[in-house]
Amino acid sequence: MSLITKFLSTLLHRREAGIAVMIVLLALVVGAIQPRFLTLETLRIIALAIPLILIAAMGQMMVLVARHVDLSIGSILAFSSIIAGIMFRDLPDVPIIISIVAAIACGGALGFANGVIVTLFRLPSIIVTLGTLSLYRGLVFLVSGARQVDPQYIPRSLIEMSQTSPIFGIPWIVILAFVIALLTYFFLDHVRLGRQIYALGSNPVAAPLRGIKVVPLTILVFTMSGALAGLTGIIYASRFGYVNPGITGVGFEFTVIAAVVIGGVSINGGVGTVLGTVLGVILLGMVNVALPLLGVSAFWQDVIYGAVIVIALLIDKSVRDRSARALAAARSAA
Amino acid sequence: MFKKSLLLGISLSVALISGAALAQDPVSIVYIPKNTGNPYFDSLVAGFEDACKELNCEFTMAAPATAEATSQIPFITAQTQRGVDVIAISPNSPDAMNQVLDRARSRGILVLAVNGDLVDNYEHRDAAILPVDFTKTGPGQVELVGSMIGYKGEIAVLSATTDAPDQNTWIAAMVDSLKTNPKYKDMNLVATVYGDDEPQKSTTEAEALLQTYPDLKGIISPTTVGVAAAAQVIQSAGKADEVKLTGLGTPNQMRPFIKDGTVEAVQLWSPYNEGLLAAYFAVGVKNGTIKNEVGATFEVPELGTITIGEHNVMNTQAELTTFNADNIDDFDF
Amino acid sequence: MTMQTETAKPTRDSADARPMWQVVLVRPEVMTFALLVGAFIIASNLSPFFSDAQFILESSTYYVEYSIIALVLTLVIISGEIDLSPAAMMALSACVFAALYQAGLPIGLAMIASLATGVLMGLFNGILVVVFKLPSIIVTIGTLTLYRGLAQVLAGDRSIGKFPQWFNGIDYRLILDVPVPVIVFVIISVALAAILGTTVIGRQIYQVGTSEIASIHAGIRVRRIKLGLFVAMGVASSIGGLLTASRLASVRYDMATGGELQMVLMVMLGGTYIFGGRGSILGTFLASWLLVIIATGMTVANIAITAQLIVMGALLIISIIATNAIYARTQR
Repeated sequence: MSLITKFLSTLLHRREAGIAVMIVLLALVVGAIQPRFLTLETLRIIALAIPLILIAAMGQMMVLVARHVDLSIGSILAFSSIIAGIMFRDLPDVPIIISIVAAIACGGALGFANGVIVTLFRLPSIIVTLGTLSLYRGLVFLVSGARQVDPQYIPRSLIEMSQTSPIFGIPWIVILAFVIALLTYFFLDHVRLGRQIYALGSNPVAAPLRGIKVVPLTILVFTMSGALAGLTGIIYASRFGYVNPGITGVGFEFTVIAAVVIGGVSINGGVGTVLGTVLGVILLGMVNVALPLLGVSAFWQDVIYGAVIVIALLIDKSVRDRSARALAAARSAA
Repeated sequence: MFKKSLLLGISLSVALISGAALAQDPVSIVYIPKNTGNPYFDSLVAGFEDACKELNCEFTMAAPATAEATSQIPFITAQTQRGVDVIAISPNSPDAMNQVLDRARSRGILVLAVNGDLVDNYEHRDAAILPVDFTKTGPGQVELVGSMIGYKGEIAVLSATTDAPDQNTWIAAMVDSLKTNPKYKDMNLVATVYGDDEPQKSTTEAEALLQTYPDLKGIISPTTVGVAAAAQVIQSAGKADEVKLTGLGTPNQMRPFIKDGTVEAVQLWSPYNEGLLAAYFAVGVKNGTIKNEVGATFEVPELGTITIGEHNVMNTQAELTTFNADNIDDFDF
Repeated sequence: MTMQTETAKPTRDSADARPMWQVVLVRPEVMTFALLVGAFIIASNLSPFFSDAQFILESSTYYVEYSIIALVLTLVIISGEIDLSPAAMMALSACVFAALYQAGLPIGLAMIASLATGVLMGLFNGILVVVFKLPSIIVTIGTLTLYRGLAQVLAGDRSIGKFPQWFNGIDYRLILDVPVPVIVFVIISVALAAILGTTVIGRQIYQVGTSEIASIHAGIRVRRIKLGLFVAMGVASSIGGLLTASRLASVRYDMATGGELQMVLMVMLGGTYIFGGRGSILGTFLASWLLVIIATGMTVANIAITAQLIVMGALLIISIIATNAIYARTQR
């Protein structure tokens, strides 16, 4: 077998290639039905739909790789968003950047709390974060007095981050999202701590034997997820221009988990790439934009999300089975 | 221990006195909005509060977390148990609450639908307080968008949910006046889309409208969430000159867009006045000064003479209020 | 654990026999019961309108649909799995019922079709978990979104009603002053407690949850038991959906949104061990009433919903921490 064909076959067997093919197919099919889909303007709309999911997905991906799950990100997003909004409204003299940092820090703190409860009491993260999903939403109402932060208080400069930038007019939030993705890639692939997350997720029992400090690492992962959800809260305020305590981020966790799972991140931990997640987010963003363009009722959106999660699980399972069989075959051959 | 029995004694004697002097007992009103954290209802609550200061009634608000169909039911039962005199509610469902409301009414509680009615279930509430005559909303919006686009070109509607009863009444009236009024013969309604009153979905739908109909001249969004999302989309796309947006929006929500010219004008009514009217009506009926029957009239300060219409419906104002750059700073809600 | 001084010095080989009072009292159900009593006292003090049996019973009908499903969920969690989709199954099966009735099917057949939908949904969950060996927690997050979405596609967002009069208002039918749904709940509690406590199947459910591999070696039909439990979830959810439809006299796709949190909360508060193998119907039964009292007590005292969200979330976390601690202690 020549090197080139070998390279091609590895490429084709990779999960990322599959998603990329699906993205192209989807674009062609939708474009055939509605030619306006294949325009620069659509590209702009899709690009704008992505950052919100992408940034939170980076955090959720790390959590899943560590063999946990974080269901509370929607409420964390809302909490950070409302904190920033309240600061914009009540402390107009404070520089915007301070409010943004405060919001991200709040997200990190809530994520930290998740991590501490999970590790300290050795509880399943899914139940803990189901509880904090409700708890943090209550905090959102509490700090805001159940009052919305109106558009007039959101700074112009923050809104403009969703509209343009000096770099080819690509909105800042899009650039920011991809920078975050690059940083996550660098962290997971080139930093020891990042690589330890994979080790932790693929075998939590063996991890301490390999010198991994399980508790701090798990807390770190949840804190990062919370901080990224906090940053997503800022993006939310920027994109929609106001913060409502009741509707901001409700159900957001399912969108993000769907995107991450489509991207090939395994819920059994230890498996997942930044590239796959990015492609998963793009695919989901495209579906979101394509549905109304095709005149499909928004009612189908949840059906598609749910089906996509189940199908992705099945694909993931069959891939794992096949590689396990291949491994066994290789062993018996040797 | 002593303190406790003292308290008990006081409250007991208070109960006795109030039992004896029933006429001076302040009317207790509870208002149940659709959900908590909805700025629209903050202003309605303020109307209730101010009226109750004036009329010496007891006012409380109890709000569920979500606007889901059943979320208000435990609240109605609890308030019935508390023995309030009046339950005012902005219903989340036109029919899911029929039985609980009947139960409340059988205990002598006055049940008022405020801001939205129990459409086709009128017999399950005593009266309804609505902002305007809803048959005028649709034509009013068409006229407003028509005046912005020179009565010519494609227009679209961005609504709430597909089965939102109020919005559907308005949209039907819009379609009707576009068809029948020769003034609008050059205006063409090309699409009606639904953003489910969610910022994210509304944004996607608004973007798709601009995409799908490149010749679009105007958008009507008769819902506060939709019109804010559409304004943000038009502002981001820099299409304020090509596509004219109007709809029903609160001044606080729309202020930046009206000031920077993205939107020329939106319409709405005063939720504050709904609270005011509801409180005056409730206290009047409970004290026997207002008769709750069709055709009866009564006075409310600042609102003038109110007439109880068909199905015991009252309106706070005759026409929609239009908010534009000239007057928007006069309003804060 | 200062009890050691009272007993004879233990040898290295044998652990302390736990004193009788500990065996009886240090159990999660006791914690639930204590909380129940505490909550009742607090609620009575918060509002003079609270302690009225008729009012509490009427209010309990708003939660009893969840309680019924939570009973079955208890078995699922004891067997080492979880199902987060029941609220969505309630909505879809109720929407199927309403849509078919509206399309002209006799109401009896529509109810049967709704139950059949429940069976199918439960079977689908079960097959994904048992046959494809996928983790139930994520599978049911996927199907919860899927089922809720299908309900929305089927029913739109209009509310479907106009059922015949005899079907409506089951919560207002009283037998000995007790609403019918509450009686259904009590009967199912007793039946499931009997199955779990006295039958072979009951003991096998515990064994499956304690150690799946050991159970397989012991010849227990693990797959069949788990599949059966998931189907039972579907059926229970469908019953819950029909009860809700009767209570509201109408059906909308958003029925029971977020109800899964309450159901899991009931099971956890009742002291069922999240990792399987331990738990009881009695605990879930008590926890259901605990939740009714907390929610009703706070609502009738006009405590803002904000506080309710925080209390519910905190209770879930505290209850699993406490249950875990109790089991960790008794395991020694």
